Amino acid sequence: MSLDYLLDAANWSLTSPDGFPQRILEHLGYTALALAIAALVAFPIGLLIGHTGRGALIAINLGNAGRALPTLGVLMLMLALVGIGLVPVTIALVVLAIPPILATTYAGIRSVPDETVDAARGVGMTESQIAWRVEVPIALPIIIGGLRNASLQVVSTATIAAYAGLGGLGRYLFDGLATLQYDQVVAGAVVLAVLAVVIDLVLAGAQRLLVSPGVDGRGADNSPTTNRPAEPISSTA
Amino acid sequence: MIEFEGVTKRYPDGTVAVEDLSLKVETGRITVFVGPSGCGKTTALRMINRMIQPTSGRILIDGDDVTSRPDADLRRGIGYVIQGAGLFPHRTVLDNVATVPVLQGVSRREARASARELLERVGLSANLGDRYPSQLSGGQQQRVGVARALAADPPVLLMDEPFSAVDPVVRDDLQQELLRLQGDLGKTIVLVTHDIDEAIRLGDKVAVFAQGARLAQYAAPADLLAVPADDFVSSLVGRDRGFRGLGFADGAEIALKPVGHTVDGLTLELDADGRPVGWRGPDGLLPTEGTFSDGANLRTITDLVILSPAGAAVRVDEHGRADGLVLVEDLAGRVRTQQRERLAALTQDQVEEAEAG
Amino acid sequence: MSEIWNYLETNGSSVLTALVQHIWLALLPVAIAFVLALPLGALVHRYLPVRHVALTTGSVVYTVPSLALLLLLPGVLGTSVLDPTNVVIALTLYSLALLVRTTADGLDAVDTTVLQAATAMGYRPLRRWFTVQLPLAMPVVLTGLRVATVANVSMVSVAALIGIGGLGQLFTRGFQLGFYLPPIVIGLVLSVALAVVADVLIVAVQRGITPWARAGGR
Repeated sequence: MSLDYLLDAANWSLTSPDGFPQRILEHLGYTALALAIAALVAFPIGLLIGHTGRGALIAINLGNAGRALPTLGVLMLMLALVGIGLVPVTIALVVLAIPPILATTYAGIRSVPDETVDAARGVGMTESQIAWRVEVPIALPIIIGGLRNASLQVVSTATIAAYAGLGGLGRYLFDGLATLQYDQVVAGAVVLAVLAVVIDLVLAGAQRLLVSPGVDGRGADNSPTTNRPAEPISSTA
Repeated sequence: MIEFEGVTKRYPDGTVAVEDLSLKVETGRITVFVGPSGCGKTTALRMINRMIQPTSGRILIDGDDVTSRPDADLRRGIGYVIQGAGLFPHRTVLDNVATVPVLQGVSRREARASARELLERVGLSANLGDRYPSQLSGGQQQRVGVARALAADPPVLLMDEPFSAVDPVVRDDLQQELLRLQGDLGKTIVLVTHDIDEAIRLGDKVAVFAQGARLAQYAAPADLLAVPADDFVSSLVGRDRGFRGLGFADGAEIALKPVGHTVDGLTLELDADGRPVGWRGPDGLLPTEGTFSDGANLRTITDLVILSPAGAAVRVDEHGRADGLVLVEDLAGRVRTQQRERLAALTQDQVEEAEAG
Repeated sequence: MSEIWNYLETNGSSVLTALVQHIWLALLPVAIAFVLALPLGALVHRYLPVRHVALTTGSVVYTVPSLALLLLLPGVLGTSVLDPTNVVIALTLYSLALLVRTTADGLDAVDTTVLQAATAMGYRPLRRWFTVQLPLAMPVVLTGLRVATVANVSMVSVAALIGIGGLGQLFTRGFQLGFYLPPIVIGLVLSVALAVVADVLIVAVQRGITPWARAGGR
């Protein structure tokens, strides 16, 4: 396969409106916007459900339902209902990102041992202190795992922005397919794949920085548990 | 003093964990709640710091109803130790111990400094402070749990099966450590266990719970062994209670024979400093199988008498020099009077109690 | 509503074709991956170096966006961009990445004392594997299978973006007709319904072959 397009320096110009730097920035922009909104919605709900244990069925079913929804269909539905633009694309991506964040936040909080929560309550922590100072730090590897998962899916799926007339890396794929310029398609696909891997690595790094060594096993001489890469509970689209 | 006044805990599904419990826990003493699983002992304990809310009745600490303060405030003033310690895995040992002082607004720096001292107090090296709980053994974690409970110097300490998750050798250490600490601190401790031996060993007073936290007996451990209130208590206390009860009887009152006394053809042989070497007899030198010193209880002395080839236990002074012998006959005399004295004392208590209230 | 029925009346056969194609494209990869994942999962469970290599590879595969993979595979395989084989292979890779891990997890979760007891009673390794180890690992393995199946059903739609069949075609059809709702709604409903039916079927199978999991215990 031809890598000409990918390796052409002209396509890497910082100023060109359809060069890679510009498209990558657009792509990251859609991704970040959707993830931020999804996290703002899903994290507090997941925390609340996990801490109180109420509404667990909602969290589980929403996670399952979200997995079954084809994002392309959701995007089309939004485009048909809202019209062309950033809003329908963002809604579709947010719908995609909420289930993994919600489900893993819930699961992470639930995974905190009862005795630990009992001890926290017993030493006189208030409910919000228990949630923020004990449950969230202990659940953090799982919660970040969910965020990584969501970010993978959103990065992958943000290509559909181009289908809805916006920019991002999807442009190379759809324009290349439309004009039968396969090297452009390959270039877009390669950059997209690399971007996804890089974002995952960045989040993995953030996870190492944020998670207490006592939780993820780095603090232990002999504990092989808990230090696992993010669980692929849902797949890329 | 902690008082239960007609406390009942009934769950929505109808099960009654604790029914009409009235009980006074003495200040500065260790009170043990013991009973089979599901008897409501843990529920009773957890109602003291309102981890569980009673359905009816009141619990008073030094006269104040525990409901008169916000839950979190109340709990910060009561130490709480649970099975398996329940340490926070994401915090270092020091930060675990510093938890309550920090919650109470003490600066982290100050709280850590006193946490370091506390670690040594519970028998841990202070340099374990920077480790995480997962790097500690079960026994060490449990000690940290005790240090965390003591950090704010609360007058009351609640311990829920604190030593059940560790192996017997470590448990023995931890029990000794608790008794030593309590000797220094004199806290009001309520400890829950299903292990009657632990209850007898640690408790100044033992509350035996039957189903529904019915108080089957509430007595000093020695009395529990000597005079169980009913079949339930006696089956819980188990076998050999007479022998175990000797552990609470002082050995000081037994008549001693001089060291030179010959027993059944055996004479105690001493080294140049007067320390016992063995029993000399026609078949040569036989081992003494140990000695006791002042303050030993009847159980220890009886055990030595049984094991000794001469049927005599050797008493030694603080330098290890033999200074007397307890013969099986003299022990028998003491054991004979022991139970009578205890029964008499119990009756006297009951008379006084009746007069008092 | 009536628009939807009208669309179904006039385009019923093409909708049906898309549905059947969707089922094939979604489920064939899961079936292939499931068959491959059992031996691979066993290797991963058994040998630590294999575990590191396999799980890392799996994570990387998972990271590659499906659309990118669909478009890169023709270059690697020499197939045409419109060849459904690309879809089957891409989805097989994703399913495999997930199922190998869950199979290994399921095997890890089997109580070793049970296995020691089986060995002590004289089971030979192969027989022990099929009659003790695998059945006990099944609940976890099948949970992974459910996730992979549901994910595949929703993922196949993407193939329509590059012109391959399945229910995704109803979405692109709606797009071409100027965001015409009926095909979009029909596609969404059928896709979700298919995922739910597949999920329910696997749960039914799971209940059938692991009766002990329901009999109290956990």
